Amino acid sequence: MSFKLITLIVIVLGVVALAQLIRVYELSSKLRNRREEDITNRDNRLNANLLMGFTFFFYIGFIWLMLKYGWTGRGDAASVGGEETDWLLNLNFVIIIIVFFITNTLLFYFGYKYIRKPGVKAYYYPHNNKLELLWTVVPAVVLAVIIILGLKVWNSATSDASKEAIRVELFSKQFDWTARYAGEDNILGHFDYKLTTQENELALMTTESLDSAIRQMEFGKADGTVMGIQLLEEKLNNPKNIFIPEDLEKMENDLDRKTRLLRLLVQMRARHNKKWDAEAYDDIIQKDTLHLCVNKEYEMTFRAKDVIHSAYFPHFRAQMNTVPGLTTRLKMTPKYTTKQMRGKMKNPKFNYVLMCNKICGSAHYKMKMIVVVDSPSEYKAWLKSKQTFKDVFLAKPVEAAAATPLEGTVTPADTAKIIK
Amino acid sequence: MGALAHEAHGHHGAHDHHEHHEEGFVSKYIFSMDHKMIGKQYLLTAVFMGVVAMLLSILFRIQLAWPGESSDFLSMFLGETWAPGGVLKENMYLGLVTIHGTIMVFFLLTGGLSGTFSNILIPLQIGARDMASGFLNMLSYWMFFLSSMIMLCSLFIETGPAMAGWTIYPPLSALPQAIEGSGLGMTMWLVSMAIFIASSLLGSLNYIVTILNLRTAGMKMTRLPLTVWAFFVTAVLGVLSFPVLLSAALLLLMDRSAGTSFYLSDIIVGGEMLDNHGGSPLLYQHLFWFLGHPEVYIVLLPALGLSSEIIATNSRKPIFGYRAMIGSILAIGFLSFIVWGHHMFITGMNPFLGSVFVFTTLLIAIPSAVKVFNYLTTLWRGSLVLTPAMLFAIGLVSTFITGGVTGIILADSALDIAIHDTYFVVAHFHIVMGMSAVFGMFAGVYHWFPKMYGRMLNTRLGYAHFWITIVGAYGVFFPMHFVGLAGAPRRYYDYSVYGEFDTNSYEMIMDLNVIVTVFAIIAAIGQGFFLFNFFYSIFRGPKAVQNPWKSNTLEWTTPVEHMHGNWPGAIPEVHRWPYDYSKPGYEEDFVPQDVPLKEGEEEETH
Ligand code: HEM
Ligand SMILES: [Cu+2]
Ligand SMILES: [Cu+2]
Repeated sequence: MSFKLITLIVIVLGVVALAQLIRVYELSSKLRNRREEDITNRDNRLNANLLMGFTFFFYIGFIWLMLKYGWTGRGDAASVGGEETDWLLNLNFVIIIIVFFITNTLLFYFGYKYIRKPGVKAYYYPHNNKLELLWTVVPAVVLAVIIILGLKVWNSATSDASKEAIRVELFSKQFDWTARYAGEDNILGHFDYKLTTQENELALMTTESLDSAIRQMEFGKADGTVMGIQLLEEKLNNPKNIFIPEDLEKMENDLDRKTRLLRLLVQMRARHNKKWDAEAYDDIIQKDTLHLCVNKEYEMTFRAKDVIHSAYFPHFRAQMNTVPGLTTRLKMTPKYTTKQMRGKMKNPKFNYVLMCNKICGSAHYKMKMIVVVDSPSEYKAWLKSKQTFKDVFLAKPVEAAAATPLEGTVTPADTAKIIK
Repeated sequence: MGALAHEAHGHHGAHDHHEHHEEGFVSKYIFSMDHKMIGKQYLLTAVFMGVVAMLLSILFRIQLAWPGESSDFLSMFLGETWAPGGVLKENMYLGLVTIHGTIMVFFLLTGGLSGTFSNILIPLQIGARDMASGFLNMLSYWMFFLSSMIMLCSLFIETGPAMAGWTIYPPLSALPQAIEGSGLGMTMWLVSMAIFIASSLLGSLNYIVTILNLRTAGMKMTRLPLTVWAFFVTAVLGVLSFPVLLSAALLLLMDRSAGTSFYLSDIIVGGEMLDNHGGSPLLYQHLFWFLGHPEVYIVLLPALGLSSEIIATNSRKPIFGYRAMIGSILAIGFLSFIVWGHHMFITGMNPFLGSVFVFTTLLIAIPSAVKVFNYLTTLWRGSLVLTPAMLFAIGLVSTFITGGVTGIILADSALDIAIHDTYFVVAHFHIVMGMSAVFGMFAGVYHWFPKMYGRMLNTRLGYAHFWITIVGAYGVFFPMHFVGLAGAPRRYYDYSVYGEFDTNSYEMIMDLNVIVTVFAIIAAIGQGFFLFNFFYSIFRGPKAVQNPWKSNTLEWTTPVEHMHGNWPGAIPEVHRWPYDYSKPGYEEDFVPQDVPLKEGEEEETH
């Protein structure tokens, strides 16, 4: 309250003071017979000087920022491709900083130098084709160089990764990252979002995960955390239940949706090739930290569960959006281990990081994953200590809510019939 | 065509018996069909929206500089709902950023800037009695007003305003389960924008038709002031690109409420597995940026047009390379349609497509450079009068350079990988678009205020305003380059997360954030000088003379007192281009467009 009051008083006083000042100013203008649109030589000179002063402080500020922070506040590039990026970035910065200084200086200097002077008329100079040609061609040539160099780096950054590249998948959801390593075979197992269950968050596709997803869709889970089609129908068909219209509509929609999803799952199950199981089962799922091996090429693929996120590795100069319904990819070769980088950054607590860089909801700013770049031996040891998907998923079979279908509900066999 | 047609036009409307007709308050000030009044209505609405958007930015800047600290200022404006204990809520932070961006880009710089000046200047500068259709023009303004109000109301609803950023990328904007602002707030955003687009289309069509058909005798296209050229190309861009945004918004509305899957595929959100399949979030981005990039030039071109006029007038020199200036405007207009992909380099779009967009985007830098050099040459050996308008126009050229050169870095897809969606981008577009266009708008207001209100703005307050604004605004946006190069993503609620992995960057970002916020507060307070000057002078400023800046264009041949039909007698005929300043052979240093050529005088064919 008091804060509001003070703010109000300050504003009112400010306006009153300004109004008084203006009054005085207007009176004196009137006395001297000066009109508002007549800019006096004194005012003109003052503003011309201010233009020079401003330029000076502007440049000082710029140079101070450059000296203090450099353009790489995040340190040298820590990946092989990133070094190329930095080289190009440096070159482009040199070019644009030169242009920035020359043109801004000319602008402010002209603003200062050519102010109105008694007896000097402006120079009537409407055009000069040669000059104009010059400053069309020179930028065009400089830009051609920039484009050619840029596309060279872009092509090498986006070309396919080599066969030997280690495949890792990064799975994004509000608001964290999960990594999946391709395992022994260096092949990432198949997935489909419809297979998502609490036990299979990444929705990997194996015979067992398909069965489990179908079962859960139909019958839910014994612990009551998932409501299956069967239970929904039972509730809706029970004449004793009375629902408010919104709930009813929601439940009916849910039922429709789940029935459609179930049908798709059953189709998927029918098409499933058992050979794919192995590809998924040897995958390793890893939360919290992403471990990478130094000087190994990685091909990362990205998935999103809910909304668009962006996998941003500022230190590796790598970034790619993660898009629901689309698999995106990038390749990257870390060049320094975390330990080496700590030395380079002179910061013993430094860590590489993977940040989310596309607005994705309330905790967007917290959505990150620490990245550790290991030496080959550390990496091997770390990888050995991890369980595969098989170990984790097959360890605890899921219990369905109802073992025997209730009367009048659809069984998997029925669903299969419907589809045919 | 010629003068006859215009005379006919001047008299055909039922409301147009201007010589002997007292108007009621409502038809004069509210449902006016007079282009000058409509222009002023646009301006007032835009000033109001601009102040709101600026306030929103101060609110979230406070959070960025002092994250988690309680602020009286925040609780004063946001109350316990959105700032419990004076600390901004995460969701509301995103809501503020979203509405700030939306208002600034669409309501201030699109509706406000070209709405105000196209309306006021097109008929006056081409020598027409009014817009081609006064009624559609009025409709356009009132739809703009309505959409502004809907957008503002969305700030006050229970689930908060839209929170998905001004670009409202789905799925975030499509799924209320993903963020609360994507419920009613987003619906209001979409409805407001749909109305805004309709308004903008009505306006633009009117501008185009007026410019093509209602020019006075002798006003060839190559004798048009550059302002009118800029408004013309802007209107064409708007007509061609805004409908695409409308379709993007409609598809999004359908995904939200009709169960379609244009943008949605394979999504699990809030524990619910959706059965949408086959849509693509990238489709939305293509549609959005197909508008979005031309949009940035829709914002910028009018500002460049205004500053061309102001710089020529106050340098007392012809604009250098008039034809090249027109050529650049046209080239920029054309190219702006084939560069949208530079916003999508790392969305998973095909890399080869990316290369094409690199090429086209960097091409745009050429006409932009030509414009800059032409401005510089116009100043060279001029006889400058540094009015507040002139200072703002010079400031515009500076920000156009400073922001333009960083565009070259961003347009290089290989480099964009490292800085996309960081504060570097925020710095780029605020300087090149935000500052330039706002400077252009201020320049325009200072220069044409006498024409709009028949009074003069106070010059000294104008100077104070300019210097605080340029220092404040550069102080805000220049350090952001460094924040971005340090890798700081945009749209983060709290950068102290950096403390968890990189203490060096953490210190740098937190320090710079404080500097930025302090400058932002200074700049915001500086706008008080403008607001005061503006409203005070409307009522009490000294009376203006007919042609205070000794300018050549036709608007200065109209009487100070506004009247329907603009000229009391016949519309003046045009005999020359608008830039005969300091022409050898003339006593005065300006020769208005309606002055016939002297015997033996050559017309400048530029
Ligand atoms: C030399 C000319 C320019 C070039 C080469 C250029 C290039 C770019 C590029 C490549 C981006 C995308 C950056 C990213 O998201 O990572 C960008 C963003 C942007 N540019 Fe420019 N630009 C230029 C001039 C302008 C002008 C004149 C304006 C406005 C008047 C403008 C407004 C914007 C805006 C608003 C964005 C960001 C939109 C967003 O992501 O929210 N640019 N520019
Ligand atoms: Cu995210
Ligand atoms: Cu763009």
